Amino acid sequence: MNKSVRRVAFIVGLMFLALLVNLSVSYLFRSDELLNSVHNRRVQEEQFGQPRGPIMAGNTAIAATASSGDPRIPNVRVYANGAMYAPVTGYYSFIYGRSHLEQDYNAQLSGTSAAQSVDRIIDALAGRQTAGAIVQTTINPQVQQAAWDAMQGYRGGAVVLDYTTGAILAYVSMPSYDPAMLSSLDYDAVEANWKALLADPNEPLSDRAGKEVFPPGSTFKLVTTAAALEAGWRPDTLVDSPRGLQLPDSDHVLTNFADASCGADRITMLDALKVSCNTAYANIGMALGEAALRRQAEAFGFNSAVSSDIWSAVSRFPTDQDLASLAMSAIGQYEVSASPLQMAMVSAAIANNGVQMEPYLVSEVRNPDLSVLSIHAKRVLRQSLSAQSAQLLQNMMVENVTSGGADAAGISGLSIGGKTGTAQSDPSRPVYYWFTGFVSEPHVAITIFVEHTPDGAAASSSLVAGRMFRTVAEALR
Amino acid sequence: MSFGVLRKTPINQRSPTRRNTELVLVLFAAALGIACYLVFYFNRGLELPSVWPVAVGCWVALCLASHLLVRKMLPYADPVLLPCVLLLNGLGLATLNRLNYGAAINPAVLQLIYTAVGVVVFGVLLRLLRDYRVLQRYTYLLFVIGLGLLLMPLLPVIGKESGGSRIWIEVFGRSFQPAELAKIVLTLAFASYLSDHRELLRSAGRRFLGITWPRVRDLGPIAMIWVVSLVVLVFQSDLGTSLLFFGLFVVMLYVATDQVAWPIVGFVGFSGAAFLAYLFVGKVRIRVESWLIPFSDVDQNYQVIEGQFGLAWGGLTGRGIGMGRPTRVPLVDSDFISAAFGEELGMVGLFVIIMVYLLIVMRGLRAALGARDWFGKLLAAGLSFALALQVFAIIGGVTRLLPLTGLTTPFLSQGGSSLLANWLILAILLLISHQGRAPIEERDAEVVVDLADENTVLLPAVRQSVASEVSDEEVG
Repeated sequence: MNKSVRRVAFIVGLMFLALLVNLSVSYLFRSDELLNSVHNRRVQEEQFGQPRGPIMAGNTAIAATASSGDPRIPNVRVYANGAMYAPVTGYYSFIYGRSHLEQDYNAQLSGTSAAQSVDRIIDALAGRQTAGAIVQTTINPQVQQAAWDAMQGYRGGAVVLDYTTGAILAYVSMPSYDPAMLSSLDYDAVEANWKALLADPNEPLSDRAGKEVFPPGSTFKLVTTAAALEAGWRPDTLVDSPRGLQLPDSDHVLTNFADASCGADRITMLDALKVSCNTAYANIGMALGEAALRRQAEAFGFNSAVSSDIWSAVSRFPTDQDLASLAMSAIGQYEVSASPLQMAMVSAAIANNGVQMEPYLVSEVRNPDLSVLSIHAKRVLRQSLSAQSAQLLQNMMVENVTSGGADAAGISGLSIGGKTGTAQSDPSRPVYYWFTGFVSEPHVAITIFVEHTPDGAAASSSLVAGRMFRTVAEALR
Repeated sequence: MSFGVLRKTPINQRSPTRRNTELVLVLFAAALGIACYLVFYFNRGLELPSVWPVAVGCWVALCLASHLLVRKMLPYADPVLLPCVLLLNGLGLATLNRLNYGAAINPAVLQLIYTAVGVVVFGVLLRLLRDYRVLQRYTYLLFVIGLGLLLMPLLPVIGKESGGSRIWIEVFGRSFQPAELAKIVLTLAFASYLSDHRELLRSAGRRFLGITWPRVRDLGPIAMIWVVSLVVLVFQSDLGTSLLFFGLFVVMLYVATDQVAWPIVGFVGFSGAAFLAYLFVGKVRIRVESWLIPFSDVDQNYQVIEGQFGLAWGGLTGRGIGMGRPTRVPLVDSDFISAAFGEELGMVGLFVIIMVYLLIVMRGLRAALGARDWFGKLLAAGLSFALALQVFAIIGGVTRLLPLTGLTTPFLSQGGSSLLANWLILAILLLISHQGRAPIEERDAEVVVDLADENTVLLPAVRQSVASEVSDEEVG
């Protein structure tokens, strides 16, 4: 019997040896595969907790790394004035990934880009953790704050561009969300926040400044005017401007805003712009033809994406339109759609004598020791219209502010040009208010877009968006 | 193997009690548990909970109490068993506390209470069962109780299904895993039955291929256990318990008879049943798949995969206590607690834990070797092997050596029934080792074994104490 007990002891020894051998074999041969598995959250969480470089607006870090208090994931991403800058920074979330600059500059922020590889090797040799790069945005905190404050209580977007360089000085989407809600280490809370943000009828996650398109309404008349000027029309060219215009092959009678008269049955193009005369512009559009109008729209950037470091939605000018649709397109209705960024690019090109600069958000990327990793070189996108036509149009827009329908935006002592816009895609839906224009000194283009007014009462774009424009312009002084 | 060497102590020479050795080891084990408890807070930069001196105090008191019980009642018991158990129990408590940090209800508190109950039951058992051999008389009663406990979860009202297995009963709102107790009772029953029938099972049979094969009619008991195991497997979907009982019985049969044929018959029988279970029981098939090809279905095999990730993340030396994320693994408190140790203490830490188990098992088998009666020998061997098989199955399951079986990790896992049962096992092993090592004049109640009951030999009961001994010459 003792013999068999000893044999049992031997078998037990073998069993335990098998446990030890199996563990060793697993450690030696399975670890790599397990650690590299896409399902391995532990590894991902450690990467998530690595320090990350800040995103700057002026001298303010709008996204930065802070200590989490949990040594297992030592760092957590924090956002200063998060909601205001959310469409710029984007979010950095363990569960939902990254967006906007946090995504586009992820390699630099985390210190893993190719340009940082030498530093990485030096840090590894020195036993240091590689620090992420500093991403400096073009955002001017003062202007951003002004646009953000001006739009409080509304739904919409605002874009301010330096038209000589393309630098984006303000980029606001309202309502917004605080990215810290998604970067937290409390994943349950993050999940709940995410669901709440998705369920919010005001869609705080959407970027209304550049990643959504809306009917541009009368602001599109700038494009139509540009097409006319390029076709040889002058600001004093007379255009038919009836009170009602029967559209060809259609039972639709086009009227003007509030069913008003444009002053006379035949007015100059300048006056048509100043009173935003729908019937006159429908006639201009039909006279120019679809090809000319579309060529001009595309020269401003319609039907193509901006792909610098700001990924905008593509603004549309439709093809194969009948005359009635073309008439509607010429006044920014029908299927024409544009993002506020696109309309800012239209004003910017006009203000910059026809030269459209590529909009961008990141001016430079620096190492933690402030040595420059990369610096943005300004880039001409295209010649949208001739310098001559651009100057004519600038004057028309300035007159529109000094003595036309855009007077709400005027600031004495500043040379401001602008154009209002009101669009209603469907009678049951709220009205969209637009204002796009430029300020010559400092050379910026501004577009304000308001999707919905809080009181729902009929106001005019001039009053709502124009005043916001003025507030933002004043912040630039 | 040094563990297994039977040291022959002259009967009348007083062997050393080695209680002071035990005390030193107990203090070391207690300190390790406390360190594990406190280091968590230091590593994580957390403030110590205000109750920490109370917790540490209770723990030290329990360690010393269990040691004093042994010192008083079983002075000749093995000095290594208790410290090993306290080491595991302490690590288990500290780890449960760590795993449930921030939870509203901390199961570590309950586990500490269960440990206290375990020590009390341990003491009571030592007191009542000075001579465990009284139990030998109740073979069939023990069988009935053991099988009853084992099959109890199948009862309609009190039986409770959880996690796909029907291995729980719920009485007065508290759930209990009767298989843990059944393990002990059935081991007692087997030991009792086999010590009575060993001669018969040993001698009768036909030799074939150099092995003595049992007669068909002697296959009755093993067939019965086989059927019970199948019932457990199929109706309770409990692969682990089924494997445990069958393995336990077969090994005890082998120890009783010295005949290799029994393990062979048992192995073939169990393999056949397991294969059929793989074909027809969905849960068994899932377990096998998650063992062999876990990544084929990431959602279904989430637990196994997360456990693997944890072990890989721990690497050789572990992340450090509190620095891993073992709570990502479902059921890390119970079935998968070894994955938590692997993650935070590393492969090295898990090695140490496995070696501590091996030490307990080998010391238990050593007690079997030293036992001077068949019943005690079988009992110690059976309980030790059951412990070994349980550790092998669950740690092997977690580390993907075997398909996963839902067994608890003795002394570490959360769960009162398991902890109590394992403290009972410790008590019995200590009793047997004490009886084996104590000098003749200090052994208790030798008279209990009445040789008139033995069917094989009839001897006048003159020198009972000597007659009841099983000398090594007889077996060796």
